[in-house]
Amino acid sequence: MDEFWRAILTAASMIWEFDAGLWEIIGLSLRVSLTATLIAALIGLPLGALIALGRFPGRRLLIVIFNALMGLPPVVVGLIVYLLLSRAGPFGVFNLLFTPTAMVIAQIILVLPIIISLSREILETLWGEYQEALRSLGAAPGQALVILLWDGRAMLITALLAGFGRAVAEVGAVMIVGGNIDHVTRVMTTSITLEASKGNLSMALGLGIVLLVLSFAISIGAHGFRHISNVRQPV
Amino acid sequence: MNAPRQILPVTLTKVSLRRGKKMVLKEIDCRFDAVPARTLIIGPNGAGKSLLLRVCHGIVAPDLGQVRWAGETDPRALARSQGMVFQRPVLLRRSTRGNIDLALKIHGLDAAQRRRRVAEALERTGLSRLAGTPARALSFGEQQRLALARAMALRPRVLFLDEPTANLDPAAAHLVEEIVRDMSEAGVKIIMTSHDLNQARRLAQEVIFLHRGRIKERAPADRFFAGPKNDLARAFLNGELLWWRRRSVYDGVGGKSADEMGIDRP
Ligand SMILES: Nc1ncnc2c1ncn2[C@@H]1O[C@H](COP(=O)(O)OP(=O)(O)OP(=O)(O)O)[C@@H](O)[C@H]1O
Ligand SMILES: [Mg+2]
Repeated sequence: MDEFWRAILTAASMIWEFDAGLWEIIGLSLRVSLTATLIAALIGLPLGALIALGRFPGRRLLIVIFNALMGLPPVVVGLIVYLLLSRAGPFGVFNLLFTPTAMVIAQIILVLPIIISLSREILETLWGEYQEALRSLGAAPGQALVILLWDGRAMLITALLAGFGRAVAEVGAVMIVGGNIDHVTRVMTTSITLEASKGNLSMALGLGIVLLVLSFAISIGAHGFRHISNVRQPV
Repeated sequence: MNAPRQILPVTLTKVSLRRGKKMVLKEIDCRFDAVPARTLIIGPNGAGKSLLLRVCHGIVAPDLGQVRWAGETDPRALARSQGMVFQRPVLLRRSTRGNIDLALKIHGLDAAQRRRRVAEALERTGLSRLAGTPARALSFGEQQRLALARAMALRPRVLFLDEPTANLDPAAAHLVEEIVRDMSEAGVKIIMTSHDLNQARRLAQEVIFLHRGRIKERAPADRFFAGPKNDLARAFLNGELLWWRRRSVYDGVGGKSADEMGIDRP
């Protein structure tokens, strides 16, 4: 019990004193996960919209597949990306394995199905409601899409935050493709794993606290955003 | 801004519409011209009035047959010359003002014109006080008036109104009737449904009686209300067309109804 409190105290003081090692790790974590979420959003939102509004053969199947992929196990994604990027793999020539880029790629794959599925769901529901009115008003397809994205923005941003939450909290994929190399690919989750296994509980706990605070901040941010836009336009 | 193009006559040839296994509109042939200016479509619940309006408006494509707007077969070509107020108002997640403004923006009007028309439409429908309120926080009757304001602001050549006063208090209903009358006198073709027969008597210049997806009678209003030729229409006016007895009265008890088999009754 004593050790537990000592760990917490050390953790708090590390955060308080802006321990350089700690912040380097936090910085890389945020950079990797934010980049992955952003790229996944750029790919996922248009795809989600396409599946939501489009009518083409295989659409149902795509929906089922992306829904299933939301639960992809990170270690499996890590393994697949590892194989693709390894020397012998098809993308081996790019030498990306054990770099932050590899971690971004793995997290994009993890986050993409979440963003596609959630945005599809959101836009499909909204479209069902707006369709007749927009068609009656003579909106062109492009105009209709802009209106849907705008009116669904609060919900869509929540979807992006869900994607970011998954990326930043995930350990399996970044561990395999990043390798947890100090100063290069060490992020919060991988170093928590490492420090805990080494018995260095205060470092692990310090990072754990930061991670927890971060995920609270995300959900408070999401809630706040919805609240603000609901006050302006109740659903 | 693209001025609304002429879109009359609206012509339906052998229009049929299927919903589920049922034909809900059956071989409808009709034509709407500028005169008479106000056509009222009446008929029992489920007769197909709302769907007929949607088909005429070009937002639902018929399964069989053809709809033409001034000869044009593509509904998109003349979408901007017509407006519709739905039975269940669909408002966007914006303010009252924003809903009208967006519609005008879609039609390509500049900011100054939009501001003027928004103010005018709100004023006319008695909603100015609520301009900044989120549209979806309005009462149902206010929402219905906003839907009318929005359609009106677009200055359509043809306006479809589906039960526009069903949820309105007497004063608001009177206001809407006045607006409809004014618009038709200004040259807008009105095609409207109503369950309020007194309102139909007040507004209609021409009546279409729809029953189970078929036009059973179409006549000038005075003649129709003096005594319809069709026996179903007569029963409807007298309040005797009881929908829960329809099948047994007209199709014999038990067995498939004529409609399910797609067969016309005499
Ligand atoms: N998606 C659908 N599936 C099955 N039946 C449908 C569908 N949409 C409409 N219908 C049927 O089509 C018929 C006509 O519907 P419509 O809404 O046009 O009736 P209406 O004359 O406007 O009735 P009301 O007076 O109640 O407004 C109804 O019997 C309805 O149940
Ligand atoms: Mg109806």
